[in-house]
Amino acid sequence: MTSEAKGPTPAELPSMPRDEDGPVFREPWEAQAFAMTLWLHEQGHFTWPEWAERLSLEITAAQGDGDPDLGDTYYLHWLKALEGLVAEKGLVTTKALGERKDAWDRAAHATPHGQPIVLPPDA
Amino acid sequence: MTDHSHLSDTELRVRALESLLTDKGLVDTAALDAIVDIYENKVGPRNGARVVARAWVDEEFKQWLLADGTAAIDSLGYTSTQGADIVVLENTVSVHNLTVCTLCSCYPWAVLGLPPTWYKSFPYRARAVKDPRGVLAEFDQKVPEDVEVRVWDSTAEVRYLVLPQRPAGTEGLSEDELADLVTRNSMIGTDRLAGS
Repeated sequence: MTSEAKGPTPAELPSMPRDEDGPVFREPWEAQAFAMTLWLHEQGHFTWPEWAERLSLEITAAQGDGDPDLGDTYYLHWLKALEGLVAEKGLVTTKALGERKDAWDRAAHATPHGQPIVLPPDA
Repeated sequence: MTDHSHLSDTELRVRALESLLTDKGLVDTAALDAIVDIYENKVGPRNGARVVARAWVDEEFKQWLLADGTAAIDSLGYTSTQGADIVVLENTVSVHNLTVCTLCSCYPWAVLGLPPTWYKSFPYRARAVKDPRGVLAEFDQKVPEDVEVRVWDSTAEVRYLVLPQRPAGTEGLSEDELADLVTRNSMIGTDRLAGS
């Protein structure tokens, strides 16, 4: 059981979002970020407590930066936690992530709307 | 040209991560697709409802479930893959259980699927601990004063599943019919099943 946590009193808190059973993932990228995390964990690249700690830190940091944290930004925090953990574990460097992101941006701009976006082989 | 494709900053980051990990052989598309399929189509609160219904009709299973939730749930084919134990909390005439994860929204995925947005929201995470009766009132649930409300905070190692009370007047129902009465929220603790 929990003990009383410090923080604002209930009256100071915004009301809870009250969604019904919506889609599991609102956008495909949420599903991809989720699946990558589970797979990397399954392959032994990090433990689940390591993951949970990293995710908690990102959620707390986002709140500090003014995120009202109503649950709809959850996978943004999730993605940031994953980027941080794969860099920390030496799987992918932050620099490589930035370069690859730019390459995808260029590829998107070079692709007519409605066509699949493909990364050029030299990216 | 003006009709080129556009990816949001977030989509670009996810594509960058996935393509780099793929290049290194650390992930592959088929494995990721399989995981997404499981969570979109195969796990969900119906799994938990089957666990609850079984416990309602089978006292021996119920005792096993309360003593070793992970093993009892595994025996029905719902296996937790993140190495977390599932602890089952029984609601009684004198105790109502409410679950939360104050830090990162841990949740018993194997039996409930992925959590609803409100479960992940700061207001729920904060209020469930500080004012559980107020939270239950917001879900239109009245808990009599003489019923103790216990709040359980999940961790990366332990997730909780509430075993709601079997509603009165359901003596003649089959296990499948009973499972249909079990709501997702009743297994989180934000719903007290009508008649229970």
